[in-house]
Amino acid sequence: MPNEVKVKVMKAAAPRERTLREKAYIPEIARGLRITAAHFWGNLFIHIKRLFGIRTKERGSVTYQYPEERRPLSPRVRTLHRLVKREDGSPRCVACMMCETICPAKCIYIIGADHPDPNIEKHPLQFDIDLGVCVFCGLCVEACPEDAIRMDTGILEFSAYSREGMIYHMKDLLR
Amino acid sequence: MAFVWVTLAKIGVTLFWVMNLGAILTWVERKQSAVMQDRIGANRANIGPFRIIGLFQIAADSLKMILKEDWIPAGGNRFLHTIAPIISVFFALLAFAVIPIGNTLTISGQEIPLSIITTDVAILFVFAMLSLEIYGVVFAGYSSNNNYAMLGGLRASAQMFSYEITFGATIIGLLMIYGTLDLQELIRAQKGSIGGWYPRWGIFLQPLGFFLFCAAGLAETKRNPFDLPEGESEIVGYFVEYSGMKFGLFMLTDFLETILISALVTIFFFGGWQVPFLEADGFHFGSTAFLLSPVWVTVLQISIFFLKLTVFLWLFMQIRWTLPRFRYDQLMRLGWNVLLPLSLLNIFITGLILMIWG
Repeated sequence: MPNEVKVKVMKAAAPRERTLREKAYIPEIARGLRITAAHFWGNLFIHIKRLFGIRTKERGSVTYQYPEERRPLSPRVRTLHRLVKREDGSPRCVACMMCETICPAKCIYIIGADHPDPNIEKHPLQFDIDLGVCVFCGLCVEACPEDAIRMDTGILEFSAYSREGMIYHMKDLLR
Repeated sequence: MAFVWVTLAKIGVTLFWVMNLGAILTWVERKQSAVMQDRIGANRANIGPFRIIGLFQIAADSLKMILKEDWIPAGGNRFLHTIAPIISVFFALLAFAVIPIGNTLTISGQEIPLSIITTDVAILFVFAMLSLEIYGVVFAGYSSNNNYAMLGGLRASAQMFSYEITFGATIIGLLMIYGTLDLQELIRAQKGSIGGWYPRWGIFLQPLGFFLFCAAGLAETKRNPFDLPEGESEIVGYFVEYSGMKFGLFMLTDFLETILISALVTIFFFGGWQVPFLEADGFHFGSTAFLLSPVWVTVLQISIFFLKLTVFLWLFMQIRWTLPRFRYDQLMRLGWNVLLPLSLLNIFITGLILMIWG
């Protein structure tokens, strides 16, 4: 039998026998309480120091107090899209439809038209991204030959009261 | 007539400290769990720019509870559903009637004992109230027309019955030593010191009893690690069909019971309002004396009682946030196979020692 796959059966490790100390339960409870109490008093001390205005590098908690305090974002994290502008403020996009084609969620809707400048072939009349559908894969950014769309705004909060509200138009994306 | 006014005043004072402490405990629970888990905890409730470390959360919570819709499940027993939280909180509050917060206060020649009722059966009274409280939980489970609530109620009743035996049996050792059921007398009997070193508190005479009482008392409060009647992650428990202030009353009962058990531990094992070396007229260290007026002595006694109470509230909160919940069979095994024999052993050893040296 040439194609036989050999499977090695391994025994799962037996659960460790509990020591007498662990079985007695009380010492282990005391150990657990010591850990939590140490955290409690240590953190409380730091909080009190802060309360009295003593500057300290220690942090009493690992919390980011979100709306006021934000976690630093990695520079490569993909956030809300933006359309890059030319020097005159018009979008750099040439309506080549590369991003709309590659988009796996099919959330980009472009209507292109001839550009008045004869050196530039086309420009978008409409450039909508439905953020309710977008999966933030970043393929549109990769596909763009003109470097016209980027996902580097750092904005992660977008919400709306309706599905229509989640569709971002060109003027929103050009900001 | 004076007696009526004094009693009414004492009821007012007791309700004041008990209810306020219960309300503050809701905040303490959030903050303490947060601080010990390296979090910050509730700090957003505010009036204008003032947040005062989240203390407005108490007001926000109670406002929410009062304004919420009071909902009674279809097919539920309307009467029992309404009366269950009231029973729960009523008996929890009633138990505080015999809890002494100080010795006596002398006003214009009259001695006023600092507990609402001074009775020879105070301990039995507290235990009776604790047992009657179970009816609230059982009624809540029964009247909700909900399997999970029913399960919670059944679990609660089984757990309470199992642990109440230990609960009662552990303090028999104390009663044998001090020979009284009156809480005030029990505290007075804990005066003085053993061999001039330790205060004559229950913990030094009944160390095993202290552990057992704490364990059974925790089970009595229905909080972690004994919160199977509630079991919030699996059955939500006996108050699953409660909303608004009725649910709030059950929550309040939990905190009131925590206060009650802490007060009992303080009274039974840590001398209640007894301050070491403090006599009726001031401190006495051997031959040197530091005299105080009776009012200051009373103030000191009340303060030390609340200090001890706070320490135990802290400890019970810490235990509640440290230990995971028991499985139900583990709970029963612990109650019947470990705690009950140990409490009987405690009685036996105490009796033996009393027979030899007593």
